[in-house]
Amino acid sequence: MRDAAVRVGGRTLWSDVRLDVGAGEFVAVLGPNGVGKSTLIKVLLGVLPAAAGEVRVLGAAPGRAGDRVGYLPQRRSFDASLRMRGLDVVRLGWDGDRWGVPLPWSSGRRAAAQRIADVVELVGASGYAHRPIGMLSGGEQQRLLIAQALVRRPRLLLLDEPLDSLDLPNQAAVAALIGRICREEGVTVMMVAHDVNPILSRLDRVVYLAEGGAVSGTPAEVITSETLTRLYRTPVEVLRTSDGRLVVVGQPEAPAHHTDRHTPPVPLVVEGEAESAGIPRGASGGERA
Amino acid sequence: MTALADAYATWSWNPVADLRQMWAYPFMVNAFRAGTITAVAAGVMGWFMVLRRQSFAGHTLAVVGFPGAAGAVLVGVSATYGYFVFCVAAALLVAAVPRTGRGRRPGAGQEAALTGTVQAFLLACGFLFTALYKGVLGGVTSMLFGSFLGITTAQVWVLLAVAVTVLALLGAIGRPLLFASVDPDVAAGRGVPVGLLSTGFLVLLGAAAAEASQITGTLLVFALLVMPAATAQVLTARPALSLALSVVIGIAVTWLGLTTAYFSDGPLGFAVTSYAFAAYVLARIGRAAADRAPRHVPVRVPAGGAA
Repeated sequence: MRDAAVRVGGRTLWSDVRLDVGAGEFVAVLGPNGVGKSTLIKVLLGVLPAAAGEVRVLGAAPGRAGDRVGYLPQRRSFDASLRMRGLDVVRLGWDGDRWGVPLPWSSGRRAAAQRIADVVELVGASGYAHRPIGMLSGGEQQRLLIAQALVRRPRLLLLDEPLDSLDLPNQAAVAALIGRICREEGVTVMMVAHDVNPILSRLDRVVYLAEGGAVSGTPAEVITSETLTRLYRTPVEVLRTSDGRLVVVGQPEAPAHHTDRHTPPVPLVVEGEAESAGIPRGASGGERA
Repeated sequence: MTALADAYATWSWNPVADLRQMWAYPFMVNAFRAGTITAVAAGVMGWFMVLRRQSFAGHTLAVVGFPGAAGAVLVGVSATYGYFVFCVAAALLVAAVPRTGRGRRPGAGQEAALTGTVQAFLLACGFLFTALYKGVLGGVTSMLFGSFLGITTAQVWVLLAVAVTVLALLGAIGRPLLFASVDPDVAAGRGVPVGLLSTGFLVLLGAAAAEASQITGTLLVFALLVMPAATAQVLTARPALSLALSVVIGIAVTWLGLTTAYFSDGPLGFAVTSYAFAAYVLARIGRAAADRAPRHVPVRVPAGGAA
């Protein structure tokens, strides 16, 4: 994979975003709610057009990279009454976009079954992949969906809040799985995250989006009081707890309409007029746009 | 029912003799042919409909066949045209309703309310057409509840042509449609035309509903569209097996229903629906028992946690 040069210029959510992601990197896209993190993923996927600027994904226009891009959308979960096995959902990732009826005697059939079994084993879902997916837990469904995104051996994996709505042990386990896939399979991972802490130790680079622009770099460079204060033009403080977790204090809310969010249960000092929006949110998760 | 069937219909407990007796009449042979074609097409279309949770849209498409057929009779053309024109037009209308909640599963909220409004109005139009026609009331009953008597060989050929066309088109779009039904966001990311597939599916569903309506009547079309598919999806979570089961159940209840209606002189729609309902209830009871029974599934430690 050549270095994917991504430059996105949009008028509405953000503009003049310059971003280069190298092969095999693990990148987190961070920022407050409603700043357009999911939109960035959709632009890279080619579902939404970039309003201005130039975007290149794997050396091609977005949407042209085909099965070299795996995608995991933000979602709650499958309907409990959906009667399809986990294996079948993974299989849709393999050949679900092909037209026509598969021939039962075709040679690709055994290869497909083998690849699906391999990828299910890779994500550790072999024990429950044959059960209807609606009956599985959120963590089990998320593993199978990662398998679905991985089944065609993509070079770039776009994940939209994969840790969302998981409990803490499952967050840690799925984060470890994604880190392992990035390292061992050499897949570039771009992951929208709400909370950087579960993946902090595995990240090569973070992208911090704000209204108007973005900064990118290593976590040590970007998640600092100075950088974020400059980005948001309002005093922002980054604290490091004794166990190495990062807490961002005083980060402004983007002009999104989220009045139902919980304030963090940590007694933090809020700087200036900005609303408190600590990065760590534990297991609490509100609705997001 | 006819006096003809009355005179000869006695159940002898000899299945071969009974079938031979029944099939001695060309109208019964045509009824079996038409019923089988309808059961296959409705079984396959219904399977996708149940999976996509568009049963209500399917019901609407079936019900609008009634004003269609009544209107066609009123203007003096074959009811078959009325069924197809109204059902396909209704499918395009339902598909044109903008989906609320982007990326959500189709069939929720606004769509259901608007579909219901259109359905209620068109049903009333059907009664208006029959009132204007001032014809025999028996025609209304067969439009609503179906009739297997008097199906001509020409009609069977029309049914076959429609069924083959619908199934061939569905076969061509089957896998992307399944993908778009289960996982619309990921499918869109892979370049599957989710919106276009949804419209195409509704048009095919309209054609299948128009076809089934002529056998079971517009009100009981659900017996063939929804019940075999729902039963099959309760029985198994394997897509291919489930689809095959849906067709087999559809054919079985149609044949049993036709035989029962012939020998008991009862209404066909009731017989077919009763068998389909019994199959569904048995499947649910069996599923509940199987889920409650202790399983012997090897327990594995999730590998992700160890990495």
